[in-house]
Amino acid sequence: MTQPAGLAADDVRFVAKTDYIKTLTALRSEGFEMCADLTAVDFLTHPGRPLDAEVASRITLERFELVVNLLSLSQRRRCRLRVQISESDTSIDSAFDIYPGTEAMEREVYDMFGITFTGHPDLTRILMPEDWIGFPLRKDYSQGNIPVQFKGAAS
Amino acid sequence: MTTTENLNKINATEIISAGTSEGGQELQLRADMSVKAVLRESGAVLRMSESQVASLADTQSEDQTMIINMGPQHPSTHGVLRLMLELKGETVLRCKPVIGYLHTGMEKTGESLTYMQGGTNVTRMDYASPLNNELVFSMATEKLLGIDGDIPERAVWIRMMLSELNRISSHLLFMATNGMDIGAVSMMLYGFREREEVLRFFQKVTGLRMNHNFIRPGGVAADLPAGWRDDVLGLLDALPERLAEYEILMTGQPIWRERLQGVGVITRDEAIALSATGPILRSTGLAWDLRRDLPYLRYEEVEFDVIVGSYGDAFDRYSIRLNEIRESMRIVRQILDRMPQGDYRIQDKKVTPPPRGRIDESMEALIHHFKIFTEGFKVPEGEAYVAIESPRGEIGCYIASDGSSTPYRMHVRAPSFVNIQSMPLMMHGGLIADAVAVISSVDPVLGEVDR
Repeated sequence: MTQPAGLAADDVRFVAKTDYIKTLTALRSEGFEMCADLTAVDFLTHPGRPLDAEVASRITLERFELVVNLLSLSQRRRCRLRVQISESDTSIDSAFDIYPGTEAMEREVYDMFGITFTGHPDLTRILMPEDWIGFPLRKDYSQGNIPVQFKGAAS
Repeated sequence: MTTTENLNKINATEIISAGTSEGGQELQLRADMSVKAVLRESGAVLRMSESQVASLADTQSEDQTMIINMGPQHPSTHGVLRLMLELKGETVLRCKPVIGYLHTGMEKTGESLTYMQGGTNVTRMDYASPLNNELVFSMATEKLLGIDGDIPERAVWIRMMLSELNRISSHLLFMATNGMDIGAVSMMLYGFREREEVLRFFQKVTGLRMNHNFIRPGGVAADLPAGWRDDVLGLLDALPERLAEYEILMTGQPIWRERLQGVGVITRDEAIALSATGPILRSTGLAWDLRRDLPYLRYEEVEFDVIVGSYGDAFDRYSIRLNEIRESMRIVRQILDRMPQGDYRIQDKKVTPPPRGRIDESMEALIHHFKIFTEGFKVPEGEAYVAIESPRGEIGCYIASDGSSTPYRMHVRAPSFVNIQSMPLMMHGGLIADAVAVISSVDPVLGEVDR
């Protein structure tokens, strides 16, 4: 097998929001030394997702999904966590204390989706200007219809 | 509709009255921060030991330090990177990269482009290694389509060859910019000269010097042109001599060594904690290269060495990249020997447009061609993350598909975006003149940082 053999080969784990930090800590000690990537998806217009029966029985699908890709350098494998975040409570604990490399990634997710990370040392917008209104990667952010926000210019 | 409601909520006066300061994104004065916040920033973000943090606790008084802006329009910040530095004399105490000046919402754009068009978008992210961006996007799409095992051998080897040549051109660009940053201006001319030779080959193969959109889901856009082998051989024969010149010009030269050795040191644990990959991680002595450790394409069938450093400083990162050019040349030579014959793209009617000749004779082929290029092809529901080794580190592509012909969400894990986080650590306690060497050794591409 030379190329990744389809989706089945991926180690994907659904984690409840309350278990998020606990799971990360456990995985860290299991040998996943690095958090390669942290991002989110807004499932507003596509609420249903294909799930295993076992997962479907314990996880309620929510609007936002935090996707964390962990990497084990020692065991040469990857693991992906999917955490559901509801529209009414868009806050989740920060992974900063376990994986400091998530600092910029969490800021990006906050900037683009408005998901707040409790315990993050510097949760500010990272790509958009500080005074930007709205979260661009949310599906209800109307692309192309918002007046262009220039700073300090007469409108 | 929710979108119009949102629009109504945002009116122009609110936008104007929202203030113009970027406040929170900037480096704060120590006087404006609580002691706890300073300690957290110093200890956590700068990742220092407890004793080091304690020595900072008796805070420097403000009149001895100053905060200066470096960038966004500084010639040696490689684009529009802005660094805020807190200095005491010439020593850098704190540093904060402020990014976003090149943000054009490419991940959002990716949601409205079909999988066929997506390549034109991702190729513009890391504009110094566009083929690697296209490769990772194509591989993620193929994984979702379930055709990742069916890509024709010739396409796979063409991809590998282009990816390695792109690594060479990207590292040559690093040689040029790094030389210029450190003060070896003639190196800039040499680096760009050699890179141009590689880009000329790309132009012959793909039609463009940069932003090729050549590697596409299913294979590559066209077969290699006649005479490609001689062109590649010409490159491989010319380069070793030039690299030997670089060694004379830089590696052995005392001034060059003085400027780079011991500058911007990072340890293995720090690099792993900060998720740094590529030459930064390898400079700490850890041999981690996705081409060898989590092989993709046919990298396990070619022989090459993973170059590692031992001190984690800017000099190590320079020599790693110089020697990676040699390793890439070694790989390309093996590819030349083994390049198979056959199709250059998958013969799957779903993703491959019919050949040009068929369009003239068959109405169905014309419709098929039109459908693929306007509507695109549908990709089954699911999500996939694929990562490959770009010249700057792990570049990953995460696609969530809802079963339509455009990605529901397309995210690129940009190595430069993550690697920039290690700059404050590398600069801490160094001289401001070395800050330029540190930026240069991280080799960020701002198009990819901001996306």
